[in-house]
Parts: sequence; C-alpha cells; structure tokens
Amino acid sequence: MALLEVNNLSISFGGLRAVGDFNLKIEKGELYGLIGPNGAGKTTVFNLLTGVYKPDEGIIKLDGQDITRKNTIEINHAGIARTFQNIRLFKQLSVIDNVKVGLSERIKYSLFESVFHLGSYKAKEKEMEEEALRLLKVFDLDGEKDILASNLPYGKQRKLEIARAMATNPKLLLLDEPAAGMNPNETKELMETIALVRREFDMTILLIEHDMKLVSGICEKLTVLNFGRVLCQGETKEVLADPEVIKAYIGD
Amino acid sequence: MSFLTYLINGLSLGSIYAIIALGYTMVYGIAKMLNFAHGDFIMVGCYIIFSVSAALSGNPIIGILIAIVLCTLLGITTEFVAYRPLRGAASPLAVLITAIGVSYLLENVALLIFGADIKSFTSVVKWEGITLFDGQLKIQGVTIVTIVVSIVILIVLQLFINKTKQGQAMLAASEDKGAAALMGINVNRTIMLTFAIGSALAAIAGALLCSAYPSLSPYTGAMPGIKAFVAAVLGGIGSIPGAMIGGLVLGIVEILSKTYISSQLSDAIVFGILVIVLLVKPTGILGKKYLEKV
Amino acid sequence: MSKTKRDNLITYGIVILAFIIFQVLSATGNLSSHMKGLLVPMTYYAVIAVALNLCVGILGELSIGHCGFMCIGAFTSAFFSKVTEEVLPTAPRFIIAFIIGIAFAALFGFLIGIPVLRLKGDYLAIVTLAFGEIIKNVINAFYIGVDSHGLHFSMKNAMELNMEADGQIIVNGAMGITGTPHDSNFAIGIAVLLISLFVVLNLINSRDGRAIMAVRDNYIAAEASGINVTRYKMMAFTISAAIAGAAGVLFSHNITTLTASSQYFGYNASIMILVYVVLGGIGNIRGSVIAACILYLLPELLRGLNTYRMLIYSIVLIVMMIVNWSPKVIEWRKRTFGNLLKKSGKEMA
Repeated sequence: MALLEVNNLSISFGGLRAVGDFNLKIEKGELYGLIGPNGAGKTTVFNLLTGVYKPDEGIIKLDGQDITRKNTIEINHAGIARTFQNIRLFKQLSVIDNVKVGLSERIKYSLFESVFHLGSYKAKEKEMEEEALRLLKVFDLDGEKDILASNLPYGKQRKLEIARAMATNPKLLLLDEPAAGMNPNETKELMETIALVRREFDMTILLIEHDMKLVSGICEKLTVLNFGRVLCQGETKEVLADPEVIKAYIGD
Repeated sequence: MSFLTYLINGLSLGSIYAIIALGYTMVYGIAKMLNFAHGDFIMVGCYIIFSVSAALSGNPIIGILIAIVLCTLLGITTEFVAYRPLRGAASPLAVLITAIGVSYLLENVALLIFGADIKSFTSVVKWEGITLFDGQLKIQGVTIVTIVVSIVILIVLQLFINKTKQGQAMLAASEDKGAAALMGINVNRTIMLTFAIGSALAAIAGALLCSAYPSLSPYTGAMPGIKAFVAAVLGGIGSIPGAMIGGLVLGIVEILSKTYISSQLSDAIVFGILVIVLLVKPTGILGKKYLEKV
Repeated sequence: MSKTKRDNLITYGIVILAFIIFQVLSATGNLSSHMKGLLVPMTYYAVIAVALNLCVGILGELSIGHCGFMCIGAFTSAFFSKVTEEVLPTAPRFIIAFIIGIAFAALFGFLIGIPVLRLKGDYLAIVTLAFGEIIKNVINAFYIGVDSHGLHFSMKNAMELNMEADGQIIVNGAMGITGTPHDSNFAIGIAVLLISLFVVLNLINSRDGRAIMAVRDNYIAAEASGINVTRYKMMAFTISAAIAGAAGVLFSHNITTLTASSQYFGYNASIMILVYVVLGGIGNIRGSVIAACILYLLPELLRGLNTYRMLIYSIVLIVMMIVNWSPKVIEWRKRTFGNLLKKSGKEMA
C-alpha cells in the first residue's frame, strides 16, 4: 500500500479550477518531486494535502487513513509535516524553542503542571530538551540553539524549518520550494540536508521545486502540473525527456 | 408621534456618526490602520470653533472654516509624524498603540489649555427648525442641517472617488499598495490626502455634534469616535455607502434604546451590535471578504 | 541554574525587596499616610499589568477592555464579602472572595474569548473595548437586594426589587456596592502579585507557554506543527482575565464605595494599563511590574507632575513605539550600532 494516495482531487476558486483530477501515489521512502510552471497549482496541492483548503472532490489517504476533510492540526497529527515557500518560523523564539514547539504534541504534560512546574514537568522538559538537541545536532544547528530564530542566516532558517517539521514525527514531509531565494552554494547544502533527512529518519518526502537541477539531482519520481492538471507522471528521467513537459516549461 | 421625533433624532445622530465613520472607513480602507485618535479630531475641531466664536463673537462659519483647515493640517501632521514611520512595522499593534497615544496626547493638550470643565457650546445652526402636524412634531434646525450635510458629503465623496484621478488612486492604493506604486501612484501622498479628507470631515462632524449636544470637554470626541468606528465596521470597513448605512443604523438604535429600553444600557446595546455583526458577518453589511494567503 | 530561572528569581527578589523597603519605611515612620494609601493600589495595578502583558506581549493580541475583567472580579467578590460579612470570619471569607472573583473573571474571559479570539488585530482590540464597556454598563444597571425571602434582582431601579421591610440593597445600580470589608492590605497585595508572577513566568517557560508564543509569532506555522491555535489563545486569554480578576478583588476590598465608573473600569483605565505594559516593554513581565509601580507612584508623589503626567505618558508612548517598531529606525539603529560593533572589533584586533 502506498504511503500517500490521492485520487481525483479538485478545487475551484470562484469558477476557476485551480486543481482538477489530481492523482498521486507516493510509496514509503520515496523522494517525490512536484514541478510545474508558475501558477500551475503546486502550492494549492500542498494546501489541499495539509487541510488549509478543503477539496471540492477527491480523496486523500495517508497510510490507509482517510484524511480528506480533516483540518490542518488533525492532518499534522495524522503524520504530515510541511515547510513553507516563504519561511515561517516562530521568529521571537529561540532556535531550540522552535523545535520544542514541534515536539509539544508528542511530549505532553498538563496545564496545571505547566503553571506550577510540578508533577512530570521536570522529567518531560528534560526529555524535550534532549530530543530537541538531538534533532538540532542532525541539522548542525546545536551551536546556535539559544539565539533568536529571526537572527539565523537564511540557509539555516530553512534548515530549522525542516528540523521543526521533523520534530512532529511525520510519516510524510512536504517541502514547498525549499531552494527559493537560495544561491547555488546554499542550494547544494540544502540538497545534502534533504538527503540527510531521508537517510537519518528514513523519511518519505514530497517537494515542490522550480530549480530543475535540484529536482533532477535528487528526486526519483516526478509529477508535472500545468494549469492545475497532471501533465506527466513517472520516473524523473522519463518525465524530463517528455516533449510535452519541455513545451510547458520552455514554450513552443 | 413621539416615536417619529425619536426616529428623526436618531437619524440626526446617525448622520453625525456617518460623517465620522466616513473618515474612519477611508483611512482604514487605504492605510489599513485604526486611527484611534480620529474621534479626538472632532473635539479639536469643536474647541477651535468655540475659541474663534468667543474671539470674534460673530458668524460661526468663519470658525467652522478655520476648524476645517486646522484639523486637516493636524491630520496630515499626525500621519506624517506618528503613523508613517510605522508603516510596514513587524507588528500591526505598533501603529494602533501609537494611535492610542495620539488620542491621549490630544485629549491631554486640550485638558491643559481648556481645563476639565464642560464648556457650553453655542449651536452653529441659528435656524429654529420647522413645526409639523399643528405643533405635534417639531424638528430642530440643527437636525435638518445635519441630515442634509451628511447626504451632501456622501454624494460629493462618491463623485470624488469614482470620477477623479485622486479618487481612483485611493481605490487602487486600498486594493494593493505595491501594485499601485508600480502604476505610478504616489502612495504616501494618497494616504496623506485620505487623512486630510477624514480630518476635515471630523471638523464638520464636530460642529454638528456640539450643536446638537452642546457640551464640550476634552473627552467629547472619544465616545462618538469609537461608536463611529462601530458604525464603519457595521457597514463594512472601506465602504463609503456602508459607513453611511452603519452610522444611521447605529444612531437610530442608540436613540431608540435610550428611550424605550434604558439610558444606562444604550451603550451596551450599541457595542453588543458590534459584537454580533463581527461574529455573524465580520466584513460588515457591505464589506469584502479577505483571506490570508498561505 | 539556567538563565531564565535566574531572571525569574531576580523578578521575585525585586518585588520582595520593594515590600521590605516599604515595610521598613512604614515601621520607622517615614511613610506619610497618603503614601501608605497608595501601596495597595500600586500592587493591583502591577497585577493587572502582568495580566495584560500576558495578553498583549505573550499572546500578541491587544486588549483594551481588561479593566472589564477587573470589574467583574471586583463586583462578584465584593458582593460575596458583603453578604457573608456577618457570617464568616475574615480570613476564610477573603480567600473565598478571591476564588469567586478569579473564577468569575476567568469564566467571563473564557466566554468573551470565544467570539473575540476569532478576530484579529484592530477588530479584536475594538471588540475587547466593546466588551469592557458592556460589562461596565450592565453592572451599572444592576440592582440586587437581599431580604428574609432571599435574593432579589432588577435591571431598572431599587424599587423594582420589591423587598420586605428588612431588605438590604447590596448592589445599588450606578451607586454600586457600599461598605465592602477592608480586607486588602499591602502584604496581601504583594502576595497576589508574587503568585501572578509565578503563574505567568512559569507558564511562559513551559510547553503551553511556548505554544502560545508560537501562535503569536506565526499561527499558520503553529497549526502546521499540530498546535491547536484556538485552544492556546483561549488558554492565555482566560488566564489573563483571571489574573485581572484577582486585581479586582484587591481593588474592591480596599475601597469604601465600589462603583463601575469609567475612571476605574472604562476603556481609558484599560489604556492606562496598556501604557504601563508598553513602557515596561511588551512581553517583558518584570518590566511591566516596575513600570506600573513607578508610573503609579511618581505622579502621586510629585504633585506638580500630575498635571503633565498624561501628556508626558502619551508622548513617551508614541516615541517608544516609533523607536522600537519603525522599520526605518530599526534599520538606522542596526547600521549605526553595527558600525560601532565593527569598529570596536577592529580596535580590539
């Protein structure tokens, strides 16, 4: 059974069909790319998968569980974590606290214990601290754990966003244009980070990308969207050689 | 017949709210900020008219004109000094708290100059009004003038927005400041113009408010200002006809609830309406929908 | 010891030190009776400043109706104390009064939070103002009396209560509640302040507090991280209202006649608290306590300053906001400050 199975997903905004008859199947452990020209509906697909929008039609199944009309929070609990095109960190929190927020639905204690620092507060906080540090180490951010997230350089902010997403212990990680705004060096480092996440956590990843080099370099499978519809789907090499895809990207 | 009298009084109060609400709604629509100090511009206008009338002891028209000019200048200055530096601030609360500061500043300057005692304001409308139905229904001159003035302002503003280049620039800036700037619109100047118009309207509203309710203190403008904001929200923020409708509804509700329910509770009822409207239709009667992009 | 733990201990230390200093001054006869009268108000203004900073600084939502919650705490607890004055001894009565005042303020915070927290920014602020005014107006129209048949209510006037001859009016509309026992004192005020600080500082440094601040910084990312945004907003708002209620209990048990007047409970009073919070530093709990105490005492001590007090506050408020938040000023500060840092770095090299 596929980890993510999307069937006939559609949504319209005021008569305009942003995404129509979208199908997708991602097997566990795959690194999957979703590409397409500007305005093709890629981010809309992400927003449908994470419950920001509710689809007009279609079914989304994660690990066999129907998550179609669930809200963002429930979908995160079900096992999908994401990053955003324009990085969204908790800017006034420290680097480690950003990760701890990601952990806070996994390592729980009651409000009473929060307010009075009693009961399991100490033990759970210690566990959280250790877990957060372990994650930060993986992403090589442990040296900056106490500085404010907004003071990190751009490339590291992106890493922190991925670390925070990983803290929620997802089955599937969605990356929305992770290389947007990065220089070639940063992009290269990002590719290494993504490879690391796969290796370290045995993670299934779906990423949206414009950067063809990044896509062809790391994704095994691709889906190409154009005008809200699937243009082509399959192994990366075959998809990139498809004349329809070349036409959509480069024009006639 | 007494019901009709109250209804007309409500219309008159509502017209004043509407004029103030127009200033609110335009500023909110374009600068996307709640100018908490807007109500205090009314008070400033009233004190100017009051002082000029006392000095010249003559025609109130001069006082009103001077008040309009000075309030406009005050509006422009406030925008330039206090609000413009905070455009694009990381927290939207920054400019709101600053506006609260400006409101406090104006009230306390007035307090230092004029003192806390309530001044009795001489109506700027000398006309006695008309009597209908053999003296059963008496409509005061100021009531009629208020309603007429508000209708004229509404028509002029609608024409200004829809027919002039400046008005179109305002519409554009309210939709998308970035795009408007790319189209060659001077956004800063457009926002300044909006403040100028809003403040001038506040001066006019002040003259009418204090003519109908002739007691003037440093806090005269605060409550009507807040209620006018309620009116603007009720009508749908950013909408000029909406501000008019919201103002009239609010004025009528206030007067009728004061009369038939409880003068103690009328403010609670007015604010209750705001709460209900924001819950049922947060964009107001004529407002547009807005979604944050993810 | 971690840095936050040390910071929190310093905060408690400052409060305790201030208490000791005032007690010594008072014992050695160096405190005028006027000054003594200011001590309890100083504590409840500090308490409500902590409450408001939880709402504005930690939750990130501007409330200009917090004195409404203080009003609810004040009236419910004063009502209880007045009714049970003859029946209960002081200590348990005052403790129960606190529980009642806090519980009612929290209840109203919760109920008002449900609609209010669906809104954002300016709208949220103006609706909190609306609720604050509604609370004040409704309490002003409330008449409650008690006679041998039990409690009587009216929303019109005292005559409508239809009481027996032995009846006693407890809440008399706009005249409020008269003769609440004077149970508040400086030590209790300080204790309430310390407990409020303990609750808020602990909360900030916990799983729930981090979630609240995450919602403040980016609610979309918080939702995507599985954080229930509504739950945490409600949590912070309710706790904040509860603490404001505690300030209200101190207030009503320190005043002979309790009325729901604009001076104490209107939006202008709420804005005054906001001034304390902004000047002490939004999100800086210790700062708001210090600002509340200094800004409350200073004009009362320097009578000459009183005339210009509000004028000065308003100017400071505007200047503080522009200096701290204006993008241009921030950029300028970074440039100048950054250069200075570079220079000193070079000199050191």
